Amino acid sequence: MKVIIMHAILGVFIMKNKQKIVSVTNLKVVFDIKQSFINELFSKKRKIVKAVDGISLDIYEGEIVSLVGESGSGKTTLGKAILNLVPISEGEVFFKGESVNFKNKKEVKKFRQKAQMIFQDPYQTLDPKSLIFDAVVEPLEVNNMLKTVSERKEKAVKALEDSGMAPGEDFLYRYPYELSGGQRQRAAIAGSIILNPDFIVADEPVSMLDVSIRTGILKLLLNLKDSRDLAFLFITHDLSLAWLISDRIAIMYLGKIMEIGTSDEIIKGCIHPYTKALLDIMPVPEVNRNRIRKVLTGEIPDPTEIPKGCRFNTRCEFAYDKCYVDEPELTKISNDHFVACHLATEDINAKS
Amino acid sequence: MELLRINNLKTYFNISSGTVKAVDDVSLTLDYGESLGLVGESGCGKTTTALSITQLLPSEGSIVSGEILLEGKNIVNLSDTEIKKVRWKEVSMIFQGAMNALNPVMRIGDQIAEAIILHEKLSYKDAIKRVEELFQLVELEPKRISNYPHEFSGGMKQRAMIAMALACNPKLIIGDEPTTALDVMVQAQILNLLDKLRKELNMGIILITHDLSILGETCDKIAVMYAGKIVETGYVEDIYNNNKHPYTYKLLSSFPNIHKERVMPDAIEGIPPDLINPPSGCRFHPRCPYAKDICGKEEPRMELANEGHYYACHFGGVYNEK
Repeated sequence: MKVIIMHAILGVFIMKNKQKIVSVTNLKVVFDIKQSFINELFSKKRKIVKAVDGISLDIYEGEIVSLVGESGSGKTTLGKAILNLVPISEGEVFFKGESVNFKNKKEVKKFRQKAQMIFQDPYQTLDPKSLIFDAVVEPLEVNNMLKTVSERKEKAVKALEDSGMAPGEDFLYRYPYELSGGQRQRAAIAGSIILNPDFIVADEPVSMLDVSIRTGILKLLLNLKDSRDLAFLFITHDLSLAWLISDRIAIMYLGKIMEIGTSDEIIKGCIHPYTKALLDIMPVPEVNRNRIRKVLTGEIPDPTEIPKGCRFNTRCEFAYDKCYVDEPELTKISNDHFVACHLATEDINAKS
Repeated sequence: MELLRINNLKTYFNISSGTVKAVDDVSLTLDYGESLGLVGESGCGKTTTALSITQLLPSEGSIVSGEILLEGKNIVNLSDTEIKKVRWKEVSMIFQGAMNALNPVMRIGDQIAEAIILHEKLSYKDAIKRVEELFQLVELEPKRISNYPHEFSGGMKQRAMIAMALACNPKLIIGDEPTTALDVMVQAQILNLLDKLRKELNMGIILITHDLSILGETCDKIAVMYAGKIVETGYVEDIYNNNKHPYTYKLLSSFPNIHKERVMPDAIEGIPPDLINPPSGCRFHPRCPYAKDICGKEEPRMELANEGHYYACHFGGVYNEK
């Protein structure tokens, strides 16, 4: 148990000497909203959703960065944009120093070998009619690697065992319905690590699973990170899960990062009112009958009309005049801790 | 005052490969204005218990024995027409992912009014008026009753479903994972709303969930289910701070606690058993890290720990010291 904590502390120091795997600079992803013909003829401006609205983020090898936010904050879009699964409107994504905006299909294929994704629902990831073996070796098939069955089998067994399904041979010729939810997710993970990727986007990989098996999957991800120096972008809406497994946490709201820092900084010393609100409503396994939660009213605003100034101002209890005019920039608080809030930056300016 | 009492309920499913003992000898009680959390892993019989109360079991399932007393009246053997009067008016249910249960091509207000008109002799105009009141109760703007479901967000749809459940002033509401598909912020809003309604309307609430961590603030009592049986039940304080069953303990410690040190919680090894052939003795013994010989042979009886706190384990509470 202590090892994990030590690991987190060490991790921050070690990270400095590690190679950057993913580097996102001022990324924007914009979707057009299709309107009715008549509206399109007469309306003056195009209706657009800024799903990701100017994000910069670096992920180092062997690092887990969590992306936390409510539905509609653009977490998944950011993950997909990094993997070149949605078109990028502005800014750039570099993977090991190379821009992922590839022109030809061959390059895309090569990139996909090194950057993979794990999806939320293991019941939908696996084809119910194909064997686990086929599902796990599909990436080899697509990339025309290891053509003989015995080679593939060996590789599949290794991937399954690395995903915690030992002995791997036992699972090769089973169908997904014969596996439990946790085993399915492990099989899906086996498929994503079979090509030895350097980077994985894990989109809510445990939110469909029972609590009792969640930690098993989280431990597996930590294990993969350590043994293979894999980098992860872990997307979740659950701040406590993010805290458990990540080196750094980024809080996202309406397409922007509001606060980013090491796990412990975010949980024990967060500054942004939105992070505080998220933390305040975290269910904690403790008795607390009189706890009055400060629950933010309403929901995330319509992304076609992002509020002027700070985009959180419609739900922020501390918002004052400046928040309705200027958009706050991500400002350095300490080494790894950045916040986009006028109040926080004013505090710092006052102190110095 | 006692609102609901379930005595030795057994609900079995007859399927081609055998009899699934989904609910096997479950007893519990609930008072007016009280909330009970029913927790356990998938497939432990939580939902079947709820469906037994409302008698909405699928055709393979039936209540084999036991009593369900609602305000002292046994509702197990009621005829179809009689049970229809109990549903909605006395007991109503909020389903998991209920927001997908709304009819997409019908105005939300009309859908709720339809349910009211079916159960109470009201004109359409009065029913709509009632819907407006209900919307106020669940903190939705009354003017939005003429919206279609696609104009509502997930949280608003769930509020509308709660309004529908409240339509005929039930005494008992069963929420089957009412917040599972929702965002954390919306989940907190819905839980607060249910809590407020319970106090205002003095209803009983049964909250079915696999998320033990949300019950600490919303429930008075908790019943922990495993493989068709209740293994421990008591007041929230008993379950959280003084639990006597290793399953409760393991389940509780699989949640991270952000107020404490950062440690990876333990997973519970193994998977829940097959309910066609449940394990002999204590059903949890194949997964229990503290199991001894006796656990595989003899089924533990419900023991009393203190008032209202019962557990079924041969070594109640002793495991904590290991």
